[in-house]
Amino acid sequence: MPTKGKVKGIVSNLVTVSVDGAVSQNEICFIELGSEKLMAEVLKVNGSDVFVQVFESTRGLKIDNEVTFEGHMLEVILGPGLLSKNFDGLQNDLNKLTGIFLKRGERNFPLDEDKKWNFKPIAQVGDEVEAASWLGEVDENHQPHKIMVPFVMEGSYKVKSIAPAGEYTISETIAIITDAHGKDFEINMIQKWPVKKAINVHAEKPRPYKLLETGVRVIDTANPIVEGGTGFIPGAFGTGKTVLQHAISKQAEADIVIMAACGERANEVVELFVEFPELKDPHTGRFLMERTIIVANTSNMPVAAREASVYTAMTIAEYYRAMGLRVLLMADSTSRWAQALREMSNRMEELPGQDAFPMDLSAIIANFYSRSGFVKLKNKQTGSITFIGTVSPAGGNLKEPVTESTKKVARCYFGLEQARADSKRYPAINPIESYSKYIEYPEFDEYISERISPQWISMVNDMRTLLQRGKEVQEQINILGDDGVPVDYHITFWKSELIDFVILQQDAFDDIDAVTPIERQHYMLKLIMDICKSDFNFVNFTDVMDYFKRIINVCKQMNYSEFHSQAFESYHNELQNILAERKIKQ
Amino acid sequence: MTTKAFQKIYTKITKITKATCSLHASGIGNDELALVNGKLAQVVKILGDEVTLQVFEGTEGIPTDAEIVFLGKAPTLKVSDQLAGRFFNAFGDPIDDRPEIEGEEREIGGPSVNPVRRKQPSELIATGIAGIDLNNTLVSGQKIPFFADPDQPYNEVMANVALRAKTDKIILGGMGLTNDDYLYFKNVFNNAGVLDRIVSFVNTTEDPPVERLLIPDMALTAAEYFAVDKNEKVLVLLTDMTLYADALAIVSNRMDQIPSKDSMPGSLYSDLAKIYEKAVQFPAGGSITIIAVTTLSGGDITHAIPDNTGYITEGQLFLRRDSDIGKVIVDPFRSLSRLKQLVIGIKTREDHPQVMNAAVRLYADAANAKTKLENGFDLTDYDERALAFAKDYSDRLLAIDVNIDTTAMLDTAWKLFAKYFSPTEVNIKQEFIDKYWKQKQHE
Ligand SMILES: Nc1ncnc2c1ncn2[C@@H]1O[C@H](COP(=O)(O)OP(=O)(O)O)[C@@H](O)[C@H]1O
Ligand SMILES: [Mg+2]
Repeated sequence: MPTKGKVKGIVSNLVTVSVDGAVSQNEICFIELGSEKLMAEVLKVNGSDVFVQVFESTRGLKIDNEVTFEGHMLEVILGPGLLSKNFDGLQNDLNKLTGIFLKRGERNFPLDEDKKWNFKPIAQVGDEVEAASWLGEVDENHQPHKIMVPFVMEGSYKVKSIAPAGEYTISETIAIITDAHGKDFEINMIQKWPVKKAINVHAEKPRPYKLLETGVRVIDTANPIVEGGTGFIPGAFGTGKTVLQHAISKQAEADIVIMAACGERANEVVELFVEFPELKDPHTGRFLMERTIIVANTSNMPVAAREASVYTAMTIAEYYRAMGLRVLLMADSTSRWAQALREMSNRMEELPGQDAFPMDLSAIIANFYSRSGFVKLKNKQTGSITFIGTVSPAGGNLKEPVTESTKKVARCYFGLEQARADSKRYPAINPIESYSKYIEYPEFDEYISERISPQWISMVNDMRTLLQRGKEVQEQINILGDDGVPVDYHITFWKSELIDFVILQQDAFDDIDAVTPIERQHYMLKLIMDICKSDFNFVNFTDVMDYFKRIINVCKQMNYSEFHSQAFESYHNELQNILAERKIKQ
Repeated sequence: MTTKAFQKIYTKITKITKATCSLHASGIGNDELALVNGKLAQVVKILGDEVTLQVFEGTEGIPTDAEIVFLGKAPTLKVSDQLAGRFFNAFGDPIDDRPEIEGEEREIGGPSVNPVRRKQPSELIATGIAGIDLNNTLVSGQKIPFFADPDQPYNEVMANVALRAKTDKIILGGMGLTNDDYLYFKNVFNNAGVLDRIVSFVNTTEDPPVERLLIPDMALTAAEYFAVDKNEKVLVLLTDMTLYADALAIVSNRMDQIPSKDSMPGSLYSDLAKIYEKAVQFPAGGSITIIAVTTLSGGDITHAIPDNTGYITEGQLFLRRDSDIGKVIVDPFRSLSRLKQLVIGIKTREDHPQVMNAAVRLYADAANAKTKLENGFDLTDYDERALAFAKDYSDRLLAIDVNIDTTAMLDTAWKLFAKYFSPTEVNIKQEFIDKYWKQKQHE
């Protein structure tokens, strides 16, 4: 008998229910309102009074409306067919919902029940298996989607039978496994998992070290992120968080990309809906949508489901990681999720922490970021979830709880700077303050030496040093005036501008400039750093500017040209000629 | 609003605060409307048999034995083509001395559009103002506010934009409008001969501030009627959203909620997003575009109201007086149209994106030169040229009195580039330099 209850109080979407039986924390319940059933989650229990947050509008809800508890927490349904789907924060397939407007209480099954999948067995009869063991695989949009022993199954089992290769729907039995007591379990391709619990089915979680190529120069070259790494992008509105995330999602070398649009604009999600089915993955040549899942809970969708949306996305990411795939998860914006927590916590009249956020905000954020990572599975294969979240600090002030809590846990910091955005220096990632901790890992050094070149890291460090110097001399020039400093200062400043314009700045809307493969990044960094290491002959500081502007101009034209194309090479020649004018030969 | 005979009448109020009153009642729905001695109120909290009502015009003078009638519904608006040309108050009652309209009664503040049922905006809205069309191009289905200090002519600019934009309906949502501004809008629309395309919902400074909380939802319910039922292109003007947010703060404060930044309610972001996200392009051709006004205090955009707005809207148009030319301009630094890349260089000439960026970069160089000058340093030749360029650029393109088409704006920009700079200084793709530089130099 499920626990039942009746509505006792209503304040916005916080509803008090008096219950007749047991309920558990975070349990899901449904509140009846005419023919509609409103989904809600238990937040607090006080005697027979249960406080639930309703995921939908509570307009028209009345005292004594019936409530039925479901006996489980908020769950997602996992199985083949998740890819290419557009879900809401509670995993309803948005395309299957009827009508133009979202209807309260409408829900659907997220997978396709009739589709037949081409199943190939992996396990054999007699094999010892446990939760997450691979029983077989189906081809889901060219990804080997593993059918696994459900994560909820504890202990070890023996495979009693396994279906032969063939076509099956997700609900057909593909294996029977037997536990130690001889009890049989029929396994099909569907499993469920509560979103707030991490799926921990791996053997170990080593430090991540493999470069995750994003095609964005200021990331790959200057602040690299790795497969299984974490990063965050704080920035005031309009500084380029979403454009940057979208660029990464289009270009990154990942098997699966999950976009959690959390409390942001609907039109930005529409952009993904429109572009992803048309654009190709630069690494495989297949349509982006084939590898992508979109979880959209935009700012006008129910606030309470915002929090659910990031967990839904993370749980799906963990599911694919357990198949040995490289998953890239992006959430835009984690601040909206934090705000949703704040709204609820205030409504429950909890003791507020800084800026009225809940006291345990830091712990919630840390816990979430820790679910990503690079893992060794029990079968020795590896998988990863790389997580990049955006943060929207109030008033652009980074001294606020969400930014500070995130900074403690994310290993890459891509800080967007208002002044850079204002002067259209995109991506507006502050080159001095941003960092990647991975660059300090010896494992990364070793990997990158092999993948790119043994000189890479030192070249990158030289670049960073020069940028720092450039900033220092610029401040000097600002204080002392153009002719109050030696000409050398101007040369240093313009070398840092050269790096800024050619390496750091990148036009996300230009077909060629938008994506720079790592080989091309290597070529350009070497080219630019060679120029920066050269000495030039100048008497007058005004000549320095004119000269470097010409260099910058030619190098930018190179960035806009197909790599090693005729145009590219002719700009390169032009560059050599300009350099020959003033370079001092050693 | 009239009461019906069968409605149960309550006469015992148990609690009164500045904004709310409570009573014992049963069978009441959340968000339901009620009349308290004829004053409109809405259910904001139900605890057992205690119902708390927010009285829109405040509780001054309400006695404990006031007559309370529940209306059994959330706020509604009657929609039909008869809306066109009419003026209403925040409750949707006519204020133009003409009869009530007939139509289907719809709840305001209705559900959101399923994101997969939206179409990507792609239609350019031309305004003739280069600070908008060249640098911050508007697109139908967009939501964008003017950020302006109270002394800027934002309502005039907005009225201009509305009249030049090709739309089927213009819906004005006025919140805390001064009577003068109300008459201004009425006059402008009347003189332009477009009154039959306009629907207005107006709350003036003379009306109780809390009432204006209903204005955006009223305006947008009317907008949805025309955009969804009639496939029309609708432009919604919301002015002044800062006064709307102030009303939100009044209510949450009176209800003892914990304020967050700048005394605003913690839910400000979600409250504003629910309004602005009604902007949409439908596949069937209808659209809702929202142009709003957010007044600033001393140009401070870090205040919670503009800050949250900026995070929600698809850009902002920042009005500022440029003392060098003595005119109001659309500031190219703080302004942004996030949807511009859907149309510039596609619906406009190919060189648009690059020209736009180059001009703003050069304008930024001029700003640096100005700082140098102010700090008493010598200017280089380049600095001098940048400054001269900036003045010309501001006067001929950024000023809000400009009214030319986009191609003319681009040509003007090329002329200014050629006048002050060499091709390598503007950082534009060579193919465009080849095509547009020389040809413009001699004109
Ligand atoms: N890499 C880029 N290249 C060119 N323009 C950019 C770039 N990044 C951002 N922009 C511009 O800035 C605007 C705002 O960017 P967006 O990512 O939406 O900001 P945020 O998400 O931080 O509010 C975009 O609409 C675009 O005009
Ligand atoms: Mg964004």
